[in-house]
Formats: sequence, structure tokens, C-alpha cells
Amino acid sequence: MSVSEAAPVQDNGAGTRTLPLGTRVTRALVPFAYLSPTVTLLLVLMVVPIIIVIGYSLQDAVITTKQSHFVGLENYIDILTSAKFRTALGNTIVFVVVSVVAHMLIGLGFALLLNSDAVSNVTQAVFRTIFVLPWLLTVAIIAILWRLLLNPNGVVNALLSALGVVSGQHEWLADPDLALAVVTFINIWSGYPFFMISILAGLQGIPRDLYEAAEVDGAGVLRRFWSITIPQLRPIIISMALLDVIWTSQQFALIWMTTGGGPLNKTEMLSTFTYKMAFSEYDFAGASASAVIILVLSMVLAFFYVRSQKARD
Amino acid sequence: MRAKQRRRLLHVTAVWVGLVLGGCFAGLPVLWMLVSSFKPNARIFATPPRIIEEDSSFAAYLSIFHDPEKIRFFVNSYLVALTVTALTLVVGIMAGYAFSRFEFPGKRVLNVIVISVQAVPPITLLIPFFGLMVTLRLYNTYQGLILTYMVFTLPYAIIMLTGYFNTLPRELDEAAKVDGTSTFGALWKVLVPISVPGIVSVGIYTFMIAWNEYLFALTLTRTNNMRTVPIGIQLLMGQHSYEWNEMMAMSVLGSIPVVVLFIFFQRYFIGGMTAGSVKN
Repeated sequence: MSVSEAAPVQDNGAGTRTLPLGTRVTRALVPFAYLSPTVTLLLVLMVVPIIIVIGYSLQDAVITTKQSHFVGLENYIDILTSAKFRTALGNTIVFVVVSVVAHMLIGLGFALLLNSDAVSNVTQAVFRTIFVLPWLLTVAIIAILWRLLLNPNGVVNALLSALGVVSGQHEWLADPDLALAVVTFINIWSGYPFFMISILAGLQGIPRDLYEAAEVDGAGVLRRFWSITIPQLRPIIISMALLDVIWTSQQFALIWMTTGGGPLNKTEMLSTFTYKMAFSEYDFAGASASAVIILVLSMVLAFFYVRSQKARD
Repeated sequence: MRAKQRRRLLHVTAVWVGLVLGGCFAGLPVLWMLVSSFKPNARIFATPPRIIEEDSSFAAYLSIFHDPEKIRFFVNSYLVALTVTALTLVVGIMAGYAFSRFEFPGKRVLNVIVISVQAVPPITLLIPFFGLMVTLRLYNTYQGLILTYMVFTLPYAIIMLTGYFNTLPRELDEAAKVDGTSTFGALWKVLVPISVPGIVSVGIYTFMIAWNEYLFALTLTRTNNMRTVPIGIQLLMGQHSYEWNEMMAMSVLGSIPVVVLFIFFQRYFIGGMTAGSVKN
């Protein structure tokens, strides 16, 4: 990037051209000085590692041996044709879609409750804090807490038995038919507050007179919800949903500490699949290929996210 | 008039029912964590389950406070999370200022990079980081964890702070510059002090990310004296035959900083979120 193009447009305008070259160069460099720590950090800890991981993915036996060879796309072919990878991809898609939809609906519902003028401000603040609690817990804590709750002798079984829903001591996280649904439920429990807070902020930003005008025109509660609330919230909901898809598809700790991907790979996700390949099987080259595939998928999502952000500007 | 009153009553009742049901969904598991931390371990799975068991005590907490290894987990977490927060804020404020107040070649590209970096999967970076940290002699050190976490906290901080600075009129810092202050002085003496709400909310969010991080803490540390709280809790699970009350006590202690931050700063926090992600 040439310095002469970089004349500071922001400065007071008058007389910039007449300043000596040295001053102009210094001024043009000012923003880059502010950005230098960020750029350095992102270069060393983001760009370089991505180049390294792509490099690994094109070789065999990396990290564990000194002599690794270039094998082209072999690792990628192995991964994409492996049944385990496809299971992990399928599980991840189910996990993500169900989680995000539920996050959105619960987040919207709770935000509407908190925004209601039917209760006092203090009540709102108390419930806001309670509703947000799951989000404030560390994922490691969430995993352990739910293992306690869902223990065969735990409180969930005790309550559901008392209600007659289940009989006996159910092994929720070890049941191949239920494990994916259960980890998805835990993820829903822990993630909806992010939507709730953003939607609540969005609700508070909708001008009151829109509703008043609609009421004068005879629009009922539902009509006002569909014609004012939802359209006004749409940009927030869309970008939150995209962010949530990106984050949920990368969820690792929750799965790792509850089911570890089991039973019978029923909760194996792309992240746990890749982690095991690297740090349990020491196949770092294969894991790198898998990691690059996940990166590409995430970048496609990020592209849509950036576009949705631009649309809002 | 009568009908209107009845409708109002119905509405209030419906909202209360919703709030209470939602409160149970969100709060009961957390309440169970709290009460379990006071129970004697033998009574954790007692049937029928009771909120308060006889012989409830602070025993589990005391045993954590008397164990230097467990205290170390907390010290490590605080040290790492607070340093990450401080560094992220300094670097993020500078970058946010540059994005908000200057035009420069490459601005758009850099902006898009910062936004998309948020989407880079941690698992993708984990494998090269493992090698990189060993090479840079940062494996199993505080510095290694701190630098790693900044990669994840910084993009968010920059986006939020740029958004926040954009809501503040340029005249504020321009005036300081006309008065002869350098851009650097205008940033720290004028812009930063009035941006406290935005900075606080970014700080809390950063602290939360660093306090909660699991994957890299698991992989980039080796010895127990470097482990953070999330890994410490998991280690407890492997050790001495599931001391559930102690794990719950540790979970309560591990949740306190973030919960307290949220309760005291929720006004800032929600305000910051509005400025950053809604008006953006």
C-alpha cells in the first residue's frame, strides 16, 4: 500500500496538501500505529497457524515424526470417505439446527416476558438475572452439573419417576437413543440467554409510537407482534442466528465432558472427532485435514454473517 | 371497562406464569448446584431428593480452601483472565479508535478479517498452536494461555469498541486535537473516559471468555500448577471417587466472579450490547 495514497482524509481538511511530505507520511502512518499490536497478534497467532495447519493437512505423519512427506489431498479423501466423519457431520447438523432454533424461540419468548409492562422494573431485573444464569456458568461447570442432575440416582430421574414419566434409574447420557437429544437439550439450556439479551435490547429500541399507531388502526396483539415486533427484530435475529450456528457447530467442551462423543458415536461432533484424531490417535495430519474442512465450513457461514452485518449498516 | 380490566388481569397472570416457569427452567439446576455443595457426599443422591439435607455444612468449601492445589486453580484463572482482559482492552481500544476515526488503505479488508476471525474454529487453531507454543517455549506457561485467549477476545472487543466509538460525536476528540493534544492524548483523555460503559461491558465479556475457556487450557497446559478452574473441576471428577459435593462447591466458587460481575454491571452490559451489536 503506497503512502502517497494514504493522505489523512480525516484531518481538518484545509492545508493537508501543503504540509511537508514528512508530516504527511507520519500522519498516514498514525492509524497503522494504533493497529500494529492487533495486526501483529492476528498475523502470528491466526494467519501463521492457519498456514501451518493447511501445510500439515497435505502431509503424512506430522509432529510425531521428523520425516513427513507431501501426500496431496490424500488426507482429505480419507476423511471425507470415512463413515465416522459423516456420522460426526450428521450429528453436528442435528445438534446445531435444533439448538439454534430452540435458542431463538426461548430467547424471544423470555425477552418478551421481560419486556412486558405487566410487572414492575424490580421484578423484571430479578427474573432477568435468573434467566441469564445458565449463560454465566462455565461450560465445564454446566457439564458437571448436568451429569449430577442426570445421574441414574439423580434428581431428574427422581422427579420424573414421581411424575410417572419414566420408571427406574435412567442412564440419560449413556442411552444411544437419547444421548444426542440430551446433549442438545443441555446446550439449549446453556445458550438461549445470548439471544434473550440481544432481543431484549432490540425490543427496547423499537419506537413506542409504532405500536400506538397500530393500536389506533385497530391492530390486535398478534397483529402488532407479526407486523411490528418481528420485522423490527429481524436483522438482530438473523445475525444472532448466524453467530450461534458458527459457535454451536464448534462446541467441544460440553460434548467432551458429558458423553465424550459416545455412546457408539451417537454424540460425536466434528470437533470431538478431530480432537480425538489428534490427541488420542496422534494422527495430526488427518486431524489437520479435518480441521481445515471445519474451517472452510465455518468461513462459508462467516461470509453470510459478514453480509448480514453489511446489510444492517 | 370491566372487560378491559379482566383482559389486563389475564395478561398479568399470563406473564407471571411465564416468568415463573422460565425461572424454574433456568434457575432450578443452578439452585441444585448450590444446595448440593452443602450436602454431605453420602446424601447427594438421597431419595426422595430434598433441597436441604440434614448435616448440611460448609465442609466441601473448607476442604477446597485447605487444598493448595485447588486454590492454585483459582489463582491461575484470575491471573490469566484479568491479564487477558487488561491487554485486550488496551489493544482493542487502540484498534477500535483507528477503525472509528481514521480512513486508511486496507481498512475494509482488515475490518472483514477482524469480523471473520471470530468464526475461525478453535479446533482448527489447536493443532498448530500445540506445535507453535512448544517451539516458542510458551507451552505450559501463563504467557501462552494469555496470548491464545487474546486471539479469541480481541476481534469481539474491536468490533464492540468500534461500534461504541462510532456512536460518540467526532467533535469531542477533534476539539481536544484543536487544543493541541495529540491523537493519542485525545483518545485516552477524552474518548476513553466517556466510553466507560462500553469498555466495562467489553471487559466483562472478555473476562467471561477467558475465565470459561476449556479446550486450550486442556491442551496447552500440562502440569496441575498451571491448570485453570474448568480443568481443575474436571480433574476432581477423575480423582477420588466422585466427591460430588466438592465438585459442586468448586463450581459455585468458579461461577461467583462472572455472576457477581453480571449482577453489578448488567446495566452497562446490556447497554454495551445495544451499542455494539444492535446499532452497529
